[in-house]
Amino acid sequence: MARIRFRQPSILPGFGLTFGFTIFYLSLIVLIPILGLFVKTFELDWASFERIVTGPRFLAALRLSFGASLLAALFNVVIGTLIAWVLVRYRFFARRFVDAIIDLPFALPTAVAGIALTSLYVPQGWFGRLFAPYGITIAYTPVGIWIALVFIGLPFVVRTVQPVLEDFNREVEEAAATLGAPRRTTIARVILPPLLPAILTGFSLSFARAVGEYGSVIFIAGNIPRQTEILPLLIVFRLEEREYAAAAAIATVMLLVSFLILLAVNLIQTWSTRRFGHV
Amino acid sequence: MELSIRNVRKEFDRFPALEDVSLDIRSGELIALLGPSGSGKTTLLRLIAGLDFPTSGAILFGDEDASRKSVQERNVGFVFQHYALFRNMTVGENIGFGLKVRPAATRPATADIRRRAMELLDLVQLAGLENRYPNQLSGGQRQRVALARALAIEPRVLLLDEPFGALDAQVRRELRRWLREIHDRTGHTTVFVTHDQEEALELADRVVVMSQGRVEQVGSADEVYDRPNSPFVYSFIGESSGLPVRVENGELWLEDRPIGLKAADAPGGRATLHFRPQDVELLDGCGGCIAGTVSSSRRVAGTRRIELEIGPEHHRVEIEVPIDHAAAQKSRVAFRPTRWAVFPASA
Repeated sequence: MARIRFRQPSILPGFGLTFGFTIFYLSLIVLIPILGLFVKTFELDWASFERIVTGPRFLAALRLSFGASLLAALFNVVIGTLIAWVLVRYRFFARRFVDAIIDLPFALPTAVAGIALTSLYVPQGWFGRLFAPYGITIAYTPVGIWIALVFIGLPFVVRTVQPVLEDFNREVEEAAATLGAPRRTTIARVILPPLLPAILTGFSLSFARAVGEYGSVIFIAGNIPRQTEILPLLIVFRLEEREYAAAAAIATVMLLVSFLILLAVNLIQTWSTRRFGHV
Repeated sequence: MELSIRNVRKEFDRFPALEDVSLDIRSGELIALLGPSGSGKTTLLRLIAGLDFPTSGAILFGDEDASRKSVQERNVGFVFQHYALFRNMTVGENIGFGLKVRPAATRPATADIRRRAMELLDLVQLAGLENRYPNQLSGGQRQRVALARALAIEPRVLLLDEPFGALDAQVRRELRRWLREIHDRTGHTTVFVTHDQEEALELADRVVVMSQGRVEQVGSADEVYDRPNSPFVYSFIGESSGLPVRVENGELWLEDRPIGLKAADAPGGRATLHFRPQDVELLDGCGGCIAGTVSSSRRVAGTRRIELEIGPEHHRVEIEVPIDHAAAQKSRVAFRPTRWAVFPASA
């Protein structure tokens, strides 16, 4: 009979100390604050909780936050993979410079990014001006929010796909070519499938970042109730009104929805990793 | 399919990897490209496959110029050293890939592709593994799958780049014999690259010895081993010693003495005498011989190898003597090569 053991035998010492520290640290930084969130939410009775999470303003913001984040993450998956491809596969002048630019959204304070994007996309701005004659406004609409989320999420996809692509064996592509496969078939059937786990990781990171994004969005969103309000903004409103339990309730719902989406992505990833081997 | 390589030259960033290589390969032949790393053998193989294009020269498949054809159009089977299997596909899917990606007009039915994959799995002795993924197979099994995959497209030529290089010695020997069997059964014109001379000599109908982007010698195993045409081939294939000598009036001289070998055709002047350790006769007296001081002696399988230092410059040569021969106990040994070659000293 195999006995289920808490720890596999290992000759590496220090398990007790390092494991203890890991649990302590995670509790301090992650688990206890999240637990506090739930505890705070339970200060509300069911009726008021229900009122908060079914209110039209809340539902509109929920749809916008998760909808725009999903669309932004999907867009980043396509463009990010393409950029990773260009950076890995081609040698060109200033490649390292381009490579460094990718990290800018990481480094830039998000408020600065928000203000910069807003000034570009308002109807008088450099880009907004191009769309204004056709009656298209970008700033202060969900499209503007989506642009901000695309901006901050891009590096996640590039940086997860890039190293996997770098390790990709060129001979495998050459093998496909000698077997008569046209380039397009090689990309679709030979190159992309093994990249899938990395692409999904990039998607998760980009999506999670977008859902929680506040600074860059509030400037370009315009914050029109029920139209361009995002969930983090609603939380800030509740906090300003000193309704901490209501803020916690919104946050809890956000957390649960995010958790479910990331869980789904992880399941797909586990399946694809098992299928395509470790990356 | 006959292959003809005509005056092919290939440069990478102005550095020549191949210089004016010409080679004719007969239909159904098993050819080895043998040489040290950097000799251009893999480059030549990739040019034949169409994975690279020659800077100048032509590659003919039969009468047809294939030089400018894309790799997809050439219909070659290529086996890579590190297998290059598609890890997201099962063994069966890997083998069927080349048929599955054909345009609809020439693509066999799904059931036929499957049947073909099963036949090939049988041929490479891996029946029953069609649903495994490559990372569930051993190295030797992976290379068999790679070969089956290459054979599936009915290639006009089969090209193998150090096919056994990543495998351990025992699997290597086994696969070598097995590749020969497959070749004899399927009759594909086959070219394989190796740096292992034992592999090349044992397996190939003809061996192409390459060095520094040039073909040094082309011939059967017997020809390149027994009649090397250059100092490089002499020293690269099998074991040999080289000794600086002088040619005077068709006779070889070592220092101030003739060594009893006549080389009527050799031009006068400084030259190098090459011979193999086993191609020597031991002599008692020295009236025209090579004599040297024994510096070491070691047992090699069924014989004994003696290393001699010759002349004031202490040139080292190796000769082979029977185990119980008295020479092994002596401090000074005289001998004369029975088979040898002399090449003018370069520069």
